Amino acid sequence: MVPISFYLVLSAVLFGLGVAGFVFKRNILTVFMSIELMLNAVNLAFVAFSRALGQVDGQVFVFFVIVVAAAEAAVGLGIVIVVARNRQSLNVERINLLKL
Amino acid sequence: MTAELVVFFALAALAVAGAVSLILQRHPIHSALSLIVVMAALAGLYLLLEAEFVAAIQIIVYAGAIMVLFVFVIMLLNAGVEERTQLSSMARYAGVPLTGVLLVVLTFHVARASAAMTAAPLTEGMTHKVALLLFQDFAFPFELTSILILVALLGATVLAKRDS
Repeated sequence: MVPISFYLVLSAVLFGLGVAGFVFKRNILTVFMSIELMLNAVNLAFVAFSRALGQVDGQVFVFFVIVVAAAEAAVGLGIVIVVARNRQSLNVERINLLKL
Repeated sequence: MTAELVVFFALAALAVAGAVSLILQRHPIHSALSLIVVMAALAGLYLLLEAEFVAAIQIIVYAGAIMVLFVFVIMLLNAGVEERTQLSSMARYAGVPLTGVLLVVLTFHVARASAAMTAAPLTEGMTHKVALLLFQDFAFPFELTSILILVALLGATVLAKRDS
């Protein structure tokens, strides 16, 4: 039996790597993929706790997280397409019209 | 060293390798493929946690639909190789070691806090219980997510249309 803390530490490591990708990468698609990595890490924590506490509520939450991530990915990629069409670049440092 | 522990470490190493590869690769398509590897490893971990429904949903929806959407958009936008990012010296010499320290401290506290949580062995399938919860207690959020998907569908269609 694998202790639940192993799953939680793995979830924390994946989440930290997602944050690192979100902060340091300059291609907007890679930034988006880091966000998906963070969501996956949270899903793992939910399922691990659901197993540890013997309730399935965690798995229902994971279902909702996956659905919302799908909706967010669809709309977010639509926005990325429009922005790439207008700015002709996928570099987040070039999309700075709102900067002071 | 039971078989379960070995499988867990293999899948965990695969997931972390995929995540590190996602950050370190320069072309977004390689990052997308690394993310698919991470999702497959996580599906295996869900199976290890006896969450079969979540594992199936992860493969079908996350790896099979969302990542395919990402790959299509990368192809559509002709995303190219990204220039090498220069980490600032503060990030490289202070940030990375401090992150390691943070990870060690967090691991220690998480392990100590959840040492008392031991899971009882399961006797029946989880999918049946998930279905009961989803359609009885969580029926209203379930219907709301269908409206959310409809709104996302409309939004993505409107956004990606060319001005005619």
